Amino acid sequence: MQINTSGNLAALENVTFSYAPQDRNILEGLSMSFPKGKLTAVMGGSGCGKTTVLRLLGGQVKANTGKVLFEEEDVGQLDNQGLIRIRRKMGMLFQFGALFTDMSVFENVAFPLREHTPLDESSITDLVMLKLNAVGLRNARDLMPSQISGGMARRVAFARAVALDPPLIMYDEPFAGLDPIALGVTARLIKEMNNALGATSILVTHDVPETFEIADYVYFIANGKIAAEGTPSDLMQSNDLFVRQFIDAQPDGPVPFHYPGKSLKEDFGLSRTKHD
Amino acid sequence: MIDRMVDQITRLGAFVRFNIAGIGHACLMFLSVLGRSVSLFKRFRLVSDQVFFLGNYSFVIIAVSGLFVGFVLGLQGYYTLNRYGSEQALGLLVALSLTRELGPVVTALLFAGRAGTSLTAEIGLMKAGEQLSAMEMMAVDPIARVIAPRFWAGVIAMPILAAIFSAVGIIGGYLVGVPLIGVDSGAFWSQMQGGVDVLKDIGNGVIKSMVFGVAVTFIALYQGYESKPTPEGVSLATTRTVVISSLAVLALDFLLTAVMFST
Repeated sequence: MQINTSGNLAALENVTFSYAPQDRNILEGLSMSFPKGKLTAVMGGSGCGKTTVLRLLGGQVKANTGKVLFEEEDVGQLDNQGLIRIRRKMGMLFQFGALFTDMSVFENVAFPLREHTPLDESSITDLVMLKLNAVGLRNARDLMPSQISGGMARRVAFARAVALDPPLIMYDEPFAGLDPIALGVTARLIKEMNNALGATSILVTHDVPETFEIADYVYFIANGKIAAEGTPSDLMQSNDLFVRQFIDAQPDGPVPFHYPGKSLKEDFGLSRTKHD
Repeated sequence: MIDRMVDQITRLGAFVRFNIAGIGHACLMFLSVLGRSVSLFKRFRLVSDQVFFLGNYSFVIIAVSGLFVGFVLGLQGYYTLNRYGSEQALGLLVALSLTRELGPVVTALLFAGRAGTSLTAEIGLMKAGEQLSAMEMMAVDPIARVIAPRFWAGVIAMPILAAIFSAVGIIGGYLVGVPLIGVDSGAFWSQMQGGVDVLKDIGNGVIKSMVFGVAVTFIALYQGYESKPTPEGVSLATTRTVVISSLAVLALDFLLTAVMFST
């Protein structure tokens, strides 16, 4: 499938990827586009290669074949300096926040500003306070990551990811392990930040209700390929078996409950096995 | 039979290749750490913070160990020297033993156990917690920002800790030799003053501890950086740090002693 990249901030074109040559392909001819200013969700079961999409876009891994485009540039062809240049335009929220444990909440958010801007201390303080205020944690600035809850850590990481107001914000499982209140707060923040900054957002997740609430477009990945795609309302109406199993959280369906292998009868010796 | 032999030879070959590749990988990372160290001159605070951290945390164990090693040297040294009626040379024996050998070597072994393991665990947990990945995605090189400052901090801290170890050890030797056993205080210090060469003995000891600082700190950082990002991976890496760096210190000590004190 050829993707029209105009109007897209990032795109994947026929990407095939495996972590080692002898391993199975995690992504198999995958094509996706991430239009500017939109919130696009990438969904799928655990281990289906969702996070790999983000790692490809950030240049942390390279595609075996195909193109990974960011602002019309092939990320896989960039050298170290090129990667540093594009990563400055990206913010990433990791699954559990990935806060620097030896720095306070304030220092965590100030980190990208200190590393990449020549701003003086008072400007950095103002910016960090603004970002922390946006996530409701202005008064937690002096706490260490070990002193805050998982949900709060996610919000601090969020403030850090948007500290430089990047055009692309990537979220890796931002809802994992959160209580319902923290989950709602995180979902609202993602949507608000996307609107307020005019940023392009990519949301990798498997939480259906929250994602369908805030996403503009959704891709479902299964077996390294796109199993379904569309707007949340389209997908809610879908009769596709995989989409229905995923949305309705059915234990069995196109994604089987049982690990592939012998049948129950064969295992209990009630029928002849294929090898007999 | 032949199949088994071929299998064994293949395994041996794979083992050797794997380890040679590992050494090559470590060498590349070592060069990469050196190459990314230039920018640290502009941000020396990153290094000094780590020197404080590593030095401070190892200080107590180094000082206490130094004191006890000094006590033992005082006792054993007196026992041997007394046989030949030369107990006046106790100060010289204690000082030379500490500055040439025990100071650098024991400090390096203790440093590997105390600071080395904490470095490996810290880096390993940073990797497991995706902190290094997050840094990379923020367009900040983890080798330059995290590894290089800790490496140089270890190289700087080791000679200082070894000097503290030797100094406290000499005080320990003095306490046992002079007030407890009754060796003449003047002889204890004057023999030491006359017999210890600043360049040959103390200088070579400092060079030794710097070399050990490079080896132990790099091994600790490399093990942490290359550890599997799981609790088991980090704990295995921590164990490897102690084993590999202890063996490296003892092997390097033999080589350095052969080169430095052969004439």
